[in-house]
Amino acid sequence: MKLFKTSIGRRSFMKTSVMAGGGFMLSFSWLASCISDPEKVLEMPKEWFELNGYLKIGDNGVITIISPNPEIGQNVKTSMPMIVADELDADWESVIVEQGPLNTDIFTRQLAGGSQSIRQGWQSLRMAGATARRMLREAAAKAWQVSVDEVTTEAGKLLHKGSGKSASYGEMASAASKITVPAEVELKSIEEFKIIGTPRKNVDGLGIITGKPLFGLDYTREGMLIAMIVHPPAFGKKLKSVDDSNARSLPGIKDIFTFKTYNEDYPRQWSDTSSFTELVAVVGNSTWEVMNAKKALKLEWEAFEEHTIIEESDVEEGTPITIQGGLESSDKHAELIAKYVAEPGRIARKDGDPEAAFKQATKVIERQYYTPFHPHNTLEPLNFFAHVTSEKAELVGPIQTPEYMEKTVSARLGLPLEKIDIQMTRAGGGFGRKLYGHFLVEAAVISQKMNAPVKLIYTREDDMTTGVYSPAFHALYRAALDENNNLIGFHVKAGGIPDSPLYANRFPAGAVENYLAESWSINTNISTGAFRAPRSNFIASAEQSFLDEVAEAAGKDPIDFRLELFERAKTNPVGDRNDYDAKRYAGVLELVKEKAKWTDSKPGVHRGVAAYYCHNSYVAQIVDLEMQNGKPVIQKVHCAADCGIVVNPLAATNLIEGGTVDGIGHAMYSSGMTFSEGKPDHNNFNTYRLIRHSEAPKAIDVYFVENDIDPTGLGEPPFPPVMGALANALYKATNKRFYNQPYLG
Amino acid sequence: MVNLIAYFYHQTSDLATMAQFNLSINGKQRQVDVDPNTPLLWVLRDHLNLLGTKYGCGVAMCGACTVHLNGIAMRSCTLPVSAVGNQEVTTIEGLSEKGDHPIQKAWLEIDVPQCGYCQAGQIMSAAALLKANPNPSDEEIESAMNGNICRCATYTRIKKAIKKAATY
Repeated sequence: MKLFKTSIGRRSFMKTSVMAGGGFMLSFSWLASCISDPEKVLEMPKEWFELNGYLKIGDNGVITIISPNPEIGQNVKTSMPMIVADELDADWESVIVEQGPLNTDIFTRQLAGGSQSIRQGWQSLRMAGATARRMLREAAAKAWQVSVDEVTTEAGKLLHKGSGKSASYGEMASAASKITVPAEVELKSIEEFKIIGTPRKNVDGLGIITGKPLFGLDYTREGMLIAMIVHPPAFGKKLKSVDDSNARSLPGIKDIFTFKTYNEDYPRQWSDTSSFTELVAVVGNSTWEVMNAKKALKLEWEAFEEHTIIEESDVEEGTPITIQGGLESSDKHAELIAKYVAEPGRIARKDGDPEAAFKQATKVIERQYYTPFHPHNTLEPLNFFAHVTSEKAELVGPIQTPEYMEKTVSARLGLPLEKIDIQMTRAGGGFGRKLYGHFLVEAAVISQKMNAPVKLIYTREDDMTTGVYSPAFHALYRAALDENNNLIGFHVKAGGIPDSPLYANRFPAGAVENYLAESWSINTNISTGAFRAPRSNFIASAEQSFLDEVAEAAGKDPIDFRLELFERAKTNPVGDRNDYDAKRYAGVLELVKEKAKWTDSKPGVHRGVAAYYCHNSYVAQIVDLEMQNGKPVIQKVHCAADCGIVVNPLAATNLIEGGTVDGIGHAMYSSGMTFSEGKPDHNNFNTYRLIRHSEAPKAIDVYFVENDIDPTGLGEPPFPPVMGALANALYKATNKRFYNQPYLG
Repeated sequence: MVNLIAYFYHQTSDLATMAQFNLSINGKQRQVDVDPNTPLLWVLRDHLNLLGTKYGCGVAMCGACTVHLNGIAMRSCTLPVSAVGNQEVTTIEGLSEKGDHPIQKAWLEIDVPQCGYCQAGQIMSAAALLKANPNPSDEEIESAMNGNICRCATYTRIKKAIKKAATY
C-alpha cells in the first residue's frame, strides 16, 4: 500500500452537510440501487452520516455514493461510484447511487467530454472511498480500544481479528463522521480491487426499462409552462419582422416575444457556441399548443451583414471575432475546398526532407478524403428546465458542461454564481452536442421574462437545423515508396470548414524519416462544435484507409505494414514530439490480429483492419463483411482496446460495441448535413439516415489489453478507427476504394 | 392508415377546439379535455404525466414514442387522440407491474441501455414482436425493430435480449 495526501478536506465535508439539508436530490430522482436482483428492496436508514462530499452511510449500512459527472450514456453513473465503493470496501449490493449536483467546491471537473471522466476522476474517487474507510477504521479502533492498523474491512464490515470483534459500517457510521479527516490515506493496490474490474450493471437500468422520468425532457414542476423557440431558417439570416397576431390568439398560448441569448458585450466562452443572435420564444400551457402557435407565426427574415461577436480571451473584455455574412451552399463549399487543397497550407510539422524523398521515390501514392458536416442527433432533443426568480436561478436538464454554463447564466441573468443552481438529469445522448449549453441559457432567459417555471423544448427539426455541427473535413495524403517498398516519405494536408482535422504529431509522424503535415481552414457562419472524437473521427478514417492503400502498393500485409512502422517509432523514433505510445498502439493491433485469426481466410468474407489512438486510449478493429444481393452485410467486428485498467468490463464492452456501430453508421449511411443558400437540407429522420437494426453488425467481439495502467475513457476511442476498417473491408469486397463519406451515399 | 389520418388532422390543426376523450390506458379509464388533433404522445406526456413514452422526431421515424394499441406497436407521435377511440393503450408504465415482463427482464440481464432514451420504445416494439411471434429469427427481429433508432447503437444487445426473452 502507498500513502497519498488526501484531497478530501473537512471543508468539503462541511459544505455537503449544509447542502444535504437543502434537499440536493432531484425531486424525481429514481433511486439507483445496485442490487442485482430487482425483486429485492433496500431498506432505507433512519439516519444518514456524511463522511465526505462523495458518500454518506446510513445507520443500517446502506451507502449512498454521489456520482459527480453528467451521465450521457457513457455509464459514469455506475463506473465512477464503483471506484469509490471499491476503495471504501463497500458491499456493492448495499449501495445507492445519486447524481450529484454541480458543486465545484467538492467535485473536480464535472464535465462529460473528451472521454476524461474516469481518467481525471480516478484519483479523487479513490481518495473519497479510501478516506471514508480510514475514518471508519479509526472509529472502530477507538471503540474497541485497539490499534487502527489491526482493524480490517470486508464488504461493508469492520473486523478485529485479535478480539473477534466486528461491526457493520452502519453501526460505526455515526462515530466515523466525527473522526478528523486523515491527512494521508492508503490506496489499494491493483490486486486488492474487488469491484473495479468486475462486470456491474447500469444502476439506472430498472428506471430506464420501466419508463421512469429520468431525462431532462421528463422534468415537470407545478405550474410549469412549455416554451419553444423559432430560429432563423438559414445560416446567415436574422429576424426582420414578427407578426404574431394569429399565433397569440391560439388556445393555451401565454406569450410570444423576441430575445437575445447573450448580451452583445458578453465575452462568450467556448461552450457558448450558438448560431443565431435573436430568437422568437413561444410560451404556453402544453407542447402541442405551443407547436401549433409556432407554425402560425408569420416571420420575415433577412440576410445579415458581416459583424463581430465577443469571445473570451486573455483580456477581460474579450476579443472580437468576425462572423461573415452570406448564405452558404455545399456546392460553393466544395469549390472553396478544391482551391485550398491546391495551395500550400500552414506547416505544422516537418521532419527530414520530404520534398527530396518524393523526388527520389519509385512510387508515389496520392489520395483525397472528405466528410460533410454532421448534426449530432441526440435522440433526446435539446431541452432544459428553468425557474428564475430575483432570488435564484434553478436549472435542471441534460448538460455536459454545467461548470461553464453556470458562469454564462450568471452573467446573462445578472445573478451571482452562488444563486445559480444547476442539476443534471440523465442526458438522452450527448455526443458533444450538449457541451454547448445555449439552450440552458435560453430557458433561463425565457423563465426570467415569464416569471414562471419553464421547460424549453427543441423539436427534432429545431435540433437538427440550428447548427453546432461537426465541421466538414478534407484530407490529402501522399506517400513515397522506394524501390524496396519502404515508406520513405509521408505528407498530409488536412483542412476543414472551419477547423482542420490535422493532428500533426500523431502516427505515422515519428515512424517516417521524411514527414510533412500541413493544415488549412475556411471561415463559415455555420456554427460547429465537438462531435464524438472530434477531428479524430474523420482523420482516422482517412489515414487508416490511406495506409491500407500504401500497404497494398508496397505489397505488404496491412497489419504487418503498420507493425513495421510502429517498430521504427519504438526503436528509433523520428522527432521527440510524437503523441502516442508505439508499444501500446502495436499491442492492440497484435491482439486483434490474434483474436480475429487474421491470417485465416474464409471464402466470401472480406476483411479490413484499422487502429487509432485518441483520447488516451488505443483501439484496433477488424471488420468482416459479406456481400449479399449486392449489399454489404457486416458479419462481425473484432475490437481490441487498451484503456488501461478496465473499471467496468460490462459497460466498457457496451461502449465499444456502440461506438463501433455508430462509426459504421456515420461513415456508411448518414448523409451528413448539406446546405442550400444557408438552409440545412435535412430536418428530420425521414431524410436524414441513422444506422438501424438491420444494418448493424451481426456480432461484435471485444477484447481488452490487460495492464496496470491507470484507466482511460472509451466514449470516443472506438468510434474513429472502425470507419477506416470498414472502408478497407468494402474495398476487398467491391474492388473499389471509398474516399468520401457516406461510403454508400 | 393511422399515419394518413394523422396527416389529415395535421393539415387542419389550426381549427383547434377542445373536446373530451375517454381513453383506456394501462387498464385504467382516463379522461382528457384537449384539441382532438393532439397526438397521443403529448396527451400521455403533458396531460396524464405518463413520461415513459418519449419524443424523438414527431414524424414516426425513430420509434421512441412506441406504445401498444390493442397489443400492436404504434407510433404515438403521429396518432391523434381522436383516432384512439376505445382501443386499449399500453405504455411502458403499463407493460408489467414490477418491470418483470420477459423483455424487461432480458434487457436488465443483457444490460442493454447506454443513454437509455430510446429503450422504452425499443422494449414496446420488442414486446409486441414476441407476442405475435414468440420465437423470431434474426431477420424477423431486424425487420420488426427497424423503425426504432438507437442513437447509442446498442442494436447487437437489443437483438441478444430479444432472443434471451424468447427463451423465458
